[in-house]
Amino acid sequence: MIPLSTNSTLGAGPAWQITKALGEEPLFEAGDSVKVLVRYPVGHYRVPHFIRGHKGSVEMVITRAAVNNEEEGFGRNAGSKGYYYRVAIPLTELWPDYVGAPQDGLRIEIFETWLERI
Amino acid sequence: MDSHDHPHDHSAHAEITDAAPGYYEIMETAVRELLIEKKLISPGEIRRQIEVLDSRTPALGAKVVARAWVDPAFRARLLADGRAACEEFGISFYDDTLLIVLENTDKVHNLIVCTLCSCYPRPVLGLPPDWYKAKPYRARAVKEPRKVLAEFGTEIPEDVEIRVSDSTAIVRYLVLPQRPAGTEEFTEEQLAALVTRDAMIGVVRINLEATNAL
Repeated sequence: MIPLSTNSTLGAGPAWQITKALGEEPLFEAGDSVKVLVRYPVGHYRVPHFIRGHKGSVEMVITRAAVNNEEEGFGRNAGSKGYYYRVAIPLTELWPDYVGAPQDGLRIEIFETWLERI
Repeated sequence: MDSHDHPHDHSAHAEITDAAPGYYEIMETAVRELLIEKKLISPGEIRRQIEVLDSRTPALGAKVVARAWVDPAFRARLLADGRAACEEFGISFYDDTLLIVLENTDKVHNLIVCTLCSCYPRPVLGLPPDWYKAKPYRARAVKEPRKVLAEFGTEIPEDVEIRVSDSTAIVRYLVLPQRPAGTEEFTEEQLAALVTRDAMIGVVRINLEATNAL
């Protein structure tokens, strides 16, 4: 069998080539620079408008794959999981006229379908 | 009798009226009755969930905080996985939410909010206060947190970073306040008595002098 990926070996014996399913591994890791996508679907969505289009960095991967609850809310997508990320966004990035300390920031969990790498 | 005929002061609480239910109240009743009629949930299940929520109060969170203050190993487990540490402490989570515990330090002050609705660490704190669900707090906590904190009487020095955690989906937050100075001899129970709901939301710090002055 031709291995499709070489990202894991188990034990000391013959190398087991484990192919991970799409969505099984997080797309981002701590430290990645990301941008929140700008889109305006109609309905109940979990990404507040004030962060759409803004840049931040992944602080941590929420290490339990979860269903995309936006899809779940419409009765779709059962069994299909992905990752949430705790993303840090400086308040000065969100509000150009922010009054406070430059290091003040927002932390928010965002599902990976809303993030792009920058 | 006219509802304003009597002399007592209404300023401290919402007036109790028999006014017609509002739009959302009617919708909630309609959906609940439909779900029961279609046998998707039973009245017993609804009552049971209300009892579950009623059994959760800030006193639970206060016990968790006090334990973290006296037990460094528990504190480490709590910060690593808030839900697992609370479960170990006997606080069950009846839903799929995770809990991230945010530690306040000399350098960082944490504040929690749910800008979209009213996500709150209910398993450990019970129901949120009304102001937490109100639009002014939700909008302003992420826009001008220092001003909001000042209105709660909390002045955060400029060299302390403010981190506002906005719960949007599966994560809930609990602030681990700083243990106040002068409590070195306190028992775990005495410490728990100092920990308030607002301190675990992050809008106030725990100050021994202020507590004594009450």
